[in-house]
Amino acid sequence: MGYMRPDGTVGIRNHVVVIPTVACVNGVARLVERAVPRAVALLHGHGCGRAMEIGMHQDTLAGIALNPNVAGAVLIGLGCETVSARVVAEKVRQAGRPVEVFMVQEEGGSLLTARKASDAASAMVEACSRMERTECPLASITLGLECGGSDAFSGISANPAVGIVADRIVDAGGTAVVSETTEMIGTSHILSRRAVDKETAGRIVRIIDDAHRRTKEILGPLASLVIAPGNMDGGMSSIQEKSLGCICKAGSRPISEVVGYGARPTRRGLVVMDGPGYDMESLAGLASAGCQLILFTTGRGTPAGFPVVPVIKIASSGRLFEAMPDDMDIDAGGVLEGHTLDSVADAITLMALDVMDGKPTKAEINCQGGIVCLYALTPSF
Amino acid sequence: MKINGILIHPGDNVAVALEDMHAGDALNIRGRGSVDVLDDIPCGHKVAVEDIRAGSAVIKYGEAIARAATDISRGRHVHTHNLATEDM
Repeated sequence: MGYMRPDGTVGIRNHVVVIPTVACVNGVARLVERAVPRAVALLHGHGCGRAMEIGMHQDTLAGIALNPNVAGAVLIGLGCETVSARVVAEKVRQAGRPVEVFMVQEEGGSLLTARKASDAASAMVEACSRMERTECPLASITLGLECGGSDAFSGISANPAVGIVADRIVDAGGTAVVSETTEMIGTSHILSRRAVDKETAGRIVRIIDDAHRRTKEILGPLASLVIAPGNMDGGMSSIQEKSLGCICKAGSRPISEVVGYGARPTRRGLVVMDGPGYDMESLAGLASAGCQLILFTTGRGTPAGFPVVPVIKIASSGRLFEAMPDDMDIDAGGVLEGHTLDSVADAITLMALDVMDGKPTKAEINCQGGIVCLYALTPSF
Repeated sequence: MKINGILIHPGDNVAVALEDMHAGDALNIRGRGSVDVLDDIPCGHKVAVEDIRAGSAVIKYGEAIARAATDISRGRHVHTHNLATEDM
């Protein structure tokens, strides 16, 4: 099913990535991707002008370069950015993943840098093309869980079905990562009870309290629209019910660990990653945390994928599945017609196993990887 | 018998209507039999599948989502009008 990496992880894809550590050199990364179309440029809008996020963004970019689906990374730096390409490269090198770094201010400008970086990317593509998939246990999978553009059915059909799949992965010895702390508000007493130890329980309460406070600070009187049940007409009666509808996609197993945004879990089982509710930033965090595959439920419908991590899109209703056929992989709407949650979970599991073996998801087929959106907590200066 | 309701977790005491229902209709839940609904229930809303006493927990997703503000009979619509919820 996958490609063995030097750090013992297993990739279900075999990508060479070109990562600009600062947005100023996005254009150079794009030139490399044009010269070597089998390399993937991970463009983003950050890398400088922020104080608090330097460490987090260095770790997140290194985490994405070290995602098991990545065979090797070419880093492009400018030279005066705060998120240093050399620091990121060193983190990647220490983990044993092939990495090369080029600084535009030192290599003779954009075109010369792009030429040298293209040679490096080309050599990496050639080297990784010789790798072959080997049989690997499900325990080597870290599954990301995401929901976005939810509707009144998400918490009834798609999310509970995905929760069953998450339980199956955990029971097989693997890892499932759930994030979007904003969508856990109101349930800290419920989730902390599921923690494996007191320290983990305390961290769960802390991150949810912080998300609650921050959301109120940022949104003021608008907060209730986001954190309180937005649509009582849809049948949500309490914040607990609304949040449980989101986090039921994480299944029912004990919570083994809480990690920060983009941080790699150190324990198997169900892991909570502290992170934003914005899908695009959440996907980047899950990729950095090492998820090789992401299950993404949606009710309104979104085409979003991630450049190096296959994203399986699960529609909460047959109506959505038919309305966006090029973007939806699985129709969970059968639940609304009386089919069991288990039958939908079976369909998701079969698709997930195929995708682990190389079958492309709709987001991969349609190149909906988009740019990498990194989470930031403070404004730029 | 058309299935038109779902119990998300086996421990839940409320089911979700999968279509708009009128008082007197039967809510058919796979593995749980049928409940005669006593109120009009919009699609996506909750129906009590057992009597819930005032002050006890309303359970969905296997967890307490609120407390009953009044006695709620099996078949009744369960929503903000008969629940005590925390203010956000």
